[in-house]
Amino acid sequence: MITLKKSPVRIGEVSVRNHLILAAGVLGTCASSLLRMLQSGAGAVVTKSIGPEPRPGHAGPCLVVLEDGILNAMGLPNPSARFSDELEKLSNEPVIVSIFGGNPDQFAEVAGWFANQAQAYELNVSCPHASGYGAQIGTNPDIVKACTEAVKSQGKPVWVKLTPNVTDITAIGQAAEDGGADALVAINTVKAMRISTPLKRPVLGNKFGGLSGKAIFPVAVRCVYELYDACSIPIVGCGGVSSAEDVIEMMMAGAQGVEIGSALYSNPDLFQNICRDLYSEEGYHWKEIVGCAHA
Amino acid sequence: MPDGLPTVVTIRCVVEESPTVSTIFFDTVFSSKPGQFVMVWVPGIDEIPMALSYPDAITVQRVGDATTHLASMKPGDKLGIRGPFGNGFSISGKTLAIAGGVGAAPLLRVALEFPDVDFLIGARNEDELLFFRILRERCSVRVATDDGSAGFHGFVAGLLKEMPVEKYDTIVVCGPEQMMRSVLKELEFQNSVHNAQFSLHRYMKCGIGLCGSCCFDPDGACVCRDGPVFSGEYLLQSELGKYHRNASGIKEF
Repeated sequence: MITLKKSPVRIGEVSVRNHLILAAGVLGTCASSLLRMLQSGAGAVVTKSIGPEPRPGHAGPCLVVLEDGILNAMGLPNPSARFSDELEKLSNEPVIVSIFGGNPDQFAEVAGWFANQAQAYELNVSCPHASGYGAQIGTNPDIVKACTEAVKSQGKPVWVKLTPNVTDITAIGQAAEDGGADALVAINTVKAMRISTPLKRPVLGNKFGGLSGKAIFPVAVRCVYELYDACSIPIVGCGGVSSAEDVIEMMMAGAQGVEIGSALYSNPDLFQNICRDLYSEEGYHWKEIVGCAHA
Repeated sequence: MPDGLPTVVTIRCVVEESPTVSTIFFDTVFSSKPGQFVMVWVPGIDEIPMALSYPDAITVQRVGDATTHLASMKPGDKLGIRGPFGNGFSISGKTLAIAGGVGAAPLLRVALEFPDVDFLIGARNEDELLFFRILRERCSVRVATDDGSAGFHGFVAGLLKEMPVEKYDTIVVCGPEQMMRSVLKELEFQNSVHNAQFSLHRYMKCGIGLCGSCCFDPDGACVCRDGPVFSGEYLLQSELGKYHRNASGIKEF
């Protein structure tokens, strides 16, 4: 298998400890669980998405495990400004704060709460199941550009996480780049549904949700590949990554690093396991791998 | 990963245990350990974590929307079940089960499925004592009520002061947060914390250790996946009895 040489990693203006980052929405509401992920080998962590008001999230069921993936509609539960109490315990750690809002002003307001605590922001313009937020604004290039500009004014690196639920993801990627984004994260979950046939109703409390896990890996690789051709800022690959082999494939498509979430379900020690497989003394320099499948 | 859509079960019967608590029996038996739980989907309302009080039943106290709706359901009605989830109790040797209120639900099976069990039940009053008759047929039972209407007048932790706890190989505890904190303190005082296991309750959404709603300080353990049963020693330095996080993730003290 192709391996990488261990070296200092900097992705989208953020210094991270390795190429593997905890994805937003997974074990990201408490300082203690975020620290646990860093201790178990994550190179950086992205928090739960924080928004302008506290939200309890959707009624359940909020998640079902499928054969090849996970379907969820959490509904952006978050403690809003109070999250700053948790972040206090994470100073000097590589923490990227995921934020959402319904318009550029709200994005800027939320970002401002964590100005002294975040290493960077990740803009959630891609959650497929929350009314007025996420993908509902992230499918419009003009709004994505305006939200990116609004947060960029805080003077911190800004990553923009994109939804795959669009005809052309590169148009949204380019809008984020035009707004000053330092990196693109691709992709958020794929809008999806399952129905309980005995109960004759959708399984999720919110009816619609987002699909993650292995099932969407090919979609994520395709999106990263397209964005690499269309944009010039770094890309972080996200969607179904569960092995070192997947990391290399994402990097060949054009990603400088990856985010991992759903795969932690099968293996809570995944970060250290992938690190063990991914890095070796004889490995390639990451620059030789990133985007090499575009030859 | 196996397809984990909820298993749809039909309610077989509903047994009233007390004025506020009922046990709902399903037509399906879930292979499980005492202390494991399921996510119960009340269609159109919500999904909530509930201990299995029998391999084919849950015991519900009416406290919110979903539980009130559950308690009003009738034989023939359908529910969705995900799970069983969590670790469950590890029982060996002479066992003491300490229950407070509806915390008796996951402990009932300990008395029904293991041979050498003594039981302490605490409740607000005599009417709220759960499973007293069933338990009395199986094991030695001591009772504490807050108002003194039955047994010891006071909390179960008070009853524990008079007990020779060192003779038990395993001590299992489930009840309201403050009751468990007091029991933990008393067991620490009596040098028996190392034998104790507590079943915790936290707000949960996913049930499988991913979403982080139930993460527990100081080390970020997932109550749904790493628990819900934790050792007494682990809990000494934890958030137990001090605070928990609500559905939004805000700490409540």
